[in-house]
Amino acid sequence: MNPVLRLRSSGDPLAIRDFRRRWVNLLMVTVLFTAALVAIVPLFNIFLYVLRQGLPAMGWDFLTQLPKPVGEAGGGMANALAGTAVLVVLAAAAGVPIGVGTGIYLSEYGRGKFPATLRFAVDLMTSIPSIIVGLFVYVVLVVPMKSFSAYAGGAALAIIMIPTVARTTEELLKLVPNHIREAGLALGIPRWKVTLRIVLRGSLGGIMTGIMLAVARTAGETAPLLLTSLNNRFWANSLSEPISSLPVQIYSYSISPFEEWHQQAWAAALLLVGFVFVLNLLTRLVLRRQPAGRD
Amino acid sequence: MTTTAPVASPILETRKLNAWFGDMHAVKDIELSVAPNTVMALIGPSGCGKSTFIRCINRLHEEIPGARVQGEIILGGENIYARGMDPVVVRRKIGMVFQKPNPFPALSIFDNVAAGLRLAGVRKRSVLEETVENSLRQAALWGEVKDKLKAQGTSLSGGQQQRLCIARALAVSPPILLMDEPTSALDPISTARIEELVVELKKDVTVVMVTHNMQQAARISDRTAFFLLGDMVECDETSKIFTNPQDKRTEQYITGRFG
Repeated sequence: MNPVLRLRSSGDPLAIRDFRRRWVNLLMVTVLFTAALVAIVPLFNIFLYVLRQGLPAMGWDFLTQLPKPVGEAGGGMANALAGTAVLVVLAAAAGVPIGVGTGIYLSEYGRGKFPATLRFAVDLMTSIPSIIVGLFVYVVLVVPMKSFSAYAGGAALAIIMIPTVARTTEELLKLVPNHIREAGLALGIPRWKVTLRIVLRGSLGGIMTGIMLAVARTAGETAPLLLTSLNNRFWANSLSEPISSLPVQIYSYSISPFEEWHQQAWAAALLLVGFVFVLNLLTRLVLRRQPAGRD
Repeated sequence: MTTTAPVASPILETRKLNAWFGDMHAVKDIELSVAPNTVMALIGPSGCGKSTFIRCINRLHEEIPGARVQGEIILGGENIYARGMDPVVVRRKIGMVFQKPNPFPALSIFDNVAAGLRLAGVRKRSVLEETVENSLRQAALWGEVKDKLKAQGTSLSGGQQQRLCIARALAVSPPILLMDEPTSALDPISTARIEELVVELKKDVTVVMVTHNMQQAARISDRTAFFLLGDMVECDETSKIFTNPQDKRTEQYITGRFG
């Protein structure tokens, strides 16, 4: 008889084991699928909930008007929207060059004890609670300047941005094979030019992605801003004044006792989630436009 | 022990050249001279120091951490390892083609070939265009890419990429071209094209080429040097090396008894 056929006959110990294997496999795949499902359910819940709660108060006025005093209907969060934009731009202006610079150093010149320590420190920085960053900036900037300010807020967000940008840059530059650097050197190009014009240039798309993700993340930070940029019911006249931001506005409106403010907090939440979502989406699009095959 | 028939008026000459990786003595007292407008082939089993040797010629070996070089390399009468000699300047005189085709990522075909000139400060569009066309013609690639100079260098086939790398090296018009197993990652047809090209290039440059393929050395080189365990065992006219080698080890290697 054909041995394969015999394997399938009942009573064969191998056939029984085969049957059990299939069931265990099915069970395990089901468990894993459920875990994955549970993981993304909150995301959809948040999205739908914020959409439902936030949509009623959303509108042109909400985007273009200043907050109204308690009791008056209407008003918006134009100042918080602009404030978040200002803070993110400030943070990126400081954080991106420092982060990319650190990443380049770690990848291209990072041999020996000091770079190893630096790399460890950067990893530690990623896991510092953001409220601690706020506290730190409060002590070194807010107290000496005697005022909460957009500068302080930007600095706090920059500190949160730097480690992510640095590590992304380092990892992406390390993906560039060494023979590419050697090809540049062999052409008689000085090392710094090889680094900037060939190695960095070749991974620019990926680094931009990392930067956009870091920006999206910091745009939603609340804790460090509470201690640095605080909040402002009006437009900030200068960067050395307290400035309003969406996350802080959401925080202060949602803990208030007024129903209209709760409504507005939801609308602001919708705006923030929408901003992060769009930024992520844009990032994917940029990634997809990347030329295939970097080798 | 090194038998070297001397070359009259060499363009490139090494004197007591030694190279190390940390404690590993990879290249030992190599004395080799190369006549202008010839092809010199370096053969030998893996790990015999031939790649390290040619990486000393353009001072690329020293870029590896822990690597060290001792001795002299005379290029056009000057020692490239003399004190105060800038490796960047040396490398402009000595082009290199690597084992794996390595066009610069995210750069177009044009930009790849223009990279050497551009990063040396050449801005003039007409000069760049002329050089790029000439170099691509020299590398026998112009016909295939002239209508898509803006396409990514990495979008070409492996053999085309390698010819692109040759064009890139030629664009800075180096008198010497080093090739480190330039066809080992290519199919036989692409290999044949590169071999024809090397013979053609002899008009303009002097080629020093590492190869694992002894037939290749026999086909295209004028002289062949046989390396073993960091020593140069023998260097002579290619026809002599392959028909009447002086050293027993050379004979054993080329007849396939080891390596």
